[in-house]
Amino acid sequence: MERQLGQIYRVSGPVVTAVGIKPRMYDIVKVGHEGLMGEVIQIEREKSIIQVYEDTSGIKPGEPVENTGLPLVVELGPGLLKSIYDGIQRPLPVLQDKMGDFIERGVTANGLDREKKWEFTATAKVGDAVSGGMVLGTVQESASVEHKILVPPNAKGTLKALSSGTYTVEETIGTLDDGTELQLMHKWPVRVPRPSKEKLLPDIPLVTGQRILDGLFPLAKGGTAAIPGPFGSGKTVTQQALAKWSDAQVVVYIGCGERGNEMTEVLTEFPELEDPQSGNPLMDRTVLIANTSNMPVAAREASVYTGVTLAEYYRDQGYDVALMADSTSRWAEAMREISSRLEEMPGEEGYPAYLAARLSEFYERAGRVITKSGSEGSVSVIGAVSPPGGDFSEPVTQNTLRIVKVFWALDAKLAQRRHFPAINWLNSYSLYNASLAPWFRENVAEDWNEVRNECMEILQKESELQEIVQLVGSDALPREEQLVLEVARMLREIFLQQNAFHDVDTYAPLSKQYQIMKTILGFSEKAKEAMSAGAPVAKIIAIPARDELAKARFEEDFDTLIGDIQKQMDTQLEGVIKESRTQLGEVTA
Amino acid sequence: MSSAKEYKTITEVKGPLVFVEKTEPVGYGELVTLRLPDGSAKRGQVLDTSDETVVVQVFEGTTGIDRETGVKFLGETLKLPVSEDMLGRIFSGGGKPIDGGPEIVPDEYRDILGAAINPYSRQSPHDPIQTGISTIDANNTLVRGQKLPIFSASGLPHNDIALQIARQAKVRGEGEEFAVVFAAMGITNEEARYFMKDFERTGALKNAVIFLNLADDPAVERIITPRLALTAAEYLAYDLGKHVLVVFTDVTNYCEALRQIGAAREEVPGRRGFPGYMYTDLASLYERAGVIKGKPGSVTQFPILTMPGDDITHPIPDLSGYITEGQIVISRELHRKGIYPPINVLPSLSRLMNAGIGKGKTREDHKQVSDQLYAMYAEGRDLRGLVAIVGKGALSERDIKILEFADLFEERFVRQGRDEDRGFEDSLEIGWELLATLPENVLSRIDRKTMAKWHPKNRGKEEAMVQ
Ligand SMILES: Nc1ncnc2c1ncn2[C@@H]1O[C@H](COP(=O)(O)OP(=O)(O)O)[C@@H](O)[C@H]1O
Ligand SMILES: [Mg+2]
Repeated sequence: MERQLGQIYRVSGPVVTAVGIKPRMYDIVKVGHEGLMGEVIQIEREKSIIQVYEDTSGIKPGEPVENTGLPLVVELGPGLLKSIYDGIQRPLPVLQDKMGDFIERGVTANGLDREKKWEFTATAKVGDAVSGGMVLGTVQESASVEHKILVPPNAKGTLKALSSGTYTVEETIGTLDDGTELQLMHKWPVRVPRPSKEKLLPDIPLVTGQRILDGLFPLAKGGTAAIPGPFGSGKTVTQQALAKWSDAQVVVYIGCGERGNEMTEVLTEFPELEDPQSGNPLMDRTVLIANTSNMPVAAREASVYTGVTLAEYYRDQGYDVALMADSTSRWAEAMREISSRLEEMPGEEGYPAYLAARLSEFYERAGRVITKSGSEGSVSVIGAVSPPGGDFSEPVTQNTLRIVKVFWALDAKLAQRRHFPAINWLNSYSLYNASLAPWFRENVAEDWNEVRNECMEILQKESELQEIVQLVGSDALPREEQLVLEVARMLREIFLQQNAFHDVDTYAPLSKQYQIMKTILGFSEKAKEAMSAGAPVAKIIAIPARDELAKARFEEDFDTLIGDIQKQMDTQLEGVIKESRTQLGEVTA
Repeated sequence: MSSAKEYKTITEVKGPLVFVEKTEPVGYGELVTLRLPDGSAKRGQVLDTSDETVVVQVFEGTTGIDRETGVKFLGETLKLPVSEDMLGRIFSGGGKPIDGGPEIVPDEYRDILGAAINPYSRQSPHDPIQTGISTIDANNTLVRGQKLPIFSASGLPHNDIALQIARQAKVRGEGEEFAVVFAAMGITNEEARYFMKDFERTGALKNAVIFLNLADDPAVERIITPRLALTAAEYLAYDLGKHVLVVFTDVTNYCEALRQIGAAREEVPGRRGFPGYMYTDLASLYERAGVIKGKPGSVTQFPILTMPGDDITHPIPDLSGYITEGQIVISRELHRKGIYPPINVLPSLSRLMNAGIGKGKTREDHKQVSDQLYAMYAEGRDLRGLVAIVGKGALSERDIKILEFADLFEERFVRQGRDEDRGFEDSLEIGWELLATLPENVLSRIDRKTMAKWHPKNRGKEEAMVQ
């Protein structure tokens, strides 16, 4: 397309109005003498309204504007993993190289390194009929991930040439009969979902190693979850725990309008931590996008699309990808900020009327699919939400809850009591429980679902009993109910609480999760027996094996300890029963 | 600069804004000077610019501006002259020396908006700062490069606490250079004098740069005061290698100025009338705290804000809390009890604490002591509530001990003198003394090894225990 030149008519913060160009919606334009990158977000007669991804200070009406005629794209190919990008896929190390420790404007940088050579092994053959999304060959991108080089989604034809070898991302690795040249890299517009063949049912869990999540409110691979909560309740710690321990092969972590130090923390920590699946450094499977709160808002708006496009790209290679966006509220606020500069009619709380539509389009890009090359891949999306004042009735939380299938409700009260993760087990839900039940039954334990449901019932019962306790004190409750309170307390303190900063506790495999639940329920059963033998609650809960269980979750050799603990628990309660029987005998005698 | 063309084409004056027409192209964010008919001058900044109209926000307020006022666009954005000589000097909220001293001979002019630190260039903060205040050092440790606000409310002694911190803050075992940058935004003359007196009394002034925008100074100027302060701080930190503590007070006044400008521009307001971009705006201040890899200095922020109506969910503390790395919450209840500093550790949090404590930094038992104190105090306070309903008689012996612990905690641990400078060890020792009043089996947050090594009983220190 021919390049068009126009000029600036108005500048108001990140929003610039231009005349003299005839762009299509979402075309990328170069603004001003410095050629700042911007995107057309509204067209009004002869005026084009542009959101600019960089600071606009000093830019004047009359300066030139050039339409590139192309939408905002990302570069897809080997070299994405281990990278850290800003919201428009500029690598932060490159920006540092070019302009130092502070991000100045007017610098362009390619998403993928142009110099680096990759070892490409062709798997398709000359003469093969290929089409978009099919695999041409592989590149070992990192120790963890073998990158599949795909035919760009819109290409189609017969392979005229293709050869293994060492290439940069731009060199030609092969051609199609229509002359299309193939490279290790191709581009894709971020606002357009990448195509796949077919959506699959969400019947495999994304195992996160977080007990309350996997145990009570599991997320499916390809599913969607929201984690709303006030500041300090644990959104970021939970998102980071998911990024570390989820059994995804690729993780895309978007720091959207949040703290710079949090991204630095991920950058320093992830190369040191080991992926429990592959044993390689976690960074080897991770892409970071950092558009922090003080970086330009328009690029913040784009960061979410950039992230989900990268995620879809690895999905199309047949991988399970997990995407975290911390926080989607900051993304929504970026929309609001831009929208108010456009003087659009505001909807609820000043958010644009299209807020709900944008949120659902975003979450709609999650899913487990059959890819164009016939393999299975998934994108799971977990969005943090930051409701003002912690009030879930606000528009971003409400609109998100209408879309996502899993709701992990953070609770300020729990956080203040240092019950972490501060996820409220009474308000949270997962709509995947039913579809995932068979998987848990087949892969963890025959009675996983029953065990889970029983734990949930005890916790429910506790909350009902708590209401009575508030009024009359716990001594007034029947002994059976006092026991329920004690068992619920064990569930809360041993199963639900999980310390993200403890080397062992931070990650709990499903077998461990199951054993803890099962042991607590086992205690409950045996304790009931003791109770009917006349044992006082105080005696029952004083058995040492209970404390042993509480400590065992922090031990490296949990698997060997747990068997012993179960046995001890049995013997000790057996002892309590005998003692009570004797005493009872004495009394009757 | 002075050769710029002067326009007399003001069409509208509204709140802090002036609308000018028929100009040559003017840059967004450009600095503006206005010459009033009485000969006085004001400065402003371009908020919106188009072929037809330029909107100017006037820092010193629009009082006295009429349609005859001359407007000049200077072709550059607002910059602060920076130099080491700023130390020991006092400036207005707009950056003019007001201490009778000479103008600063600048090493350089710096744009006051400041660019964002590249996240890749940041160094994770991890050096603990000892403030000498137990509730902060033991329970909410501050680290270099952190932004940790004080959430206070009117009538509470946040200024004393800020001053005490500014006086006592140190990183142990290092002879590095400290500086304080103090930015007052809309505080009263009396408050300002209180700060200045203290800086003079303690000799802190010679290592301080002070910007004063007082209650009777124009509200709009408050928008630039903290940016001037941060520009000075960044220069001292990243160019001169100093460890800079920036104290802002009061962020609430700053936010009200933002609201005022938003209203004058007829923007769609967000919650409680504050602009929808207030999060981004506050972030452009708070995120200027940090440590940069390979650079010796650091910028640590200690912003003070007063919560309107003591409400922590009000947009000002709320949006702040979403950006800052924790918060220190001042409690009216403790203040009423006559306890200074009335810091409530329960809603307080230092998100960077874990990176700054432990062996080799403070002490190996720090985390566990802190967690245990927190847990016991929380439980003790719950029990107070219970006692109010059912009476003390209904409590078990264990509970009575914990109830008493909560009182001791407030009296011995929270309470300290205005000039009492406690070391990390001092604070932890007081913590242990208090914990030693409790039966050992309630100390569930402390593992056996730590008990054996640090519990006063095991150190032959029973005599030191609280009677
Ligand atoms: N699972 C957890 N284990 C231990 N501490 C936690 C956990 N989750 C949250 N925290 C504590 O809560 C603080 C705030 O958590 P964070 O995720 O930063 O909150 P948010 O992102 O919601 O503001 C953390 O600094 C940490 O002290
Ligand atoms: Mg967070």
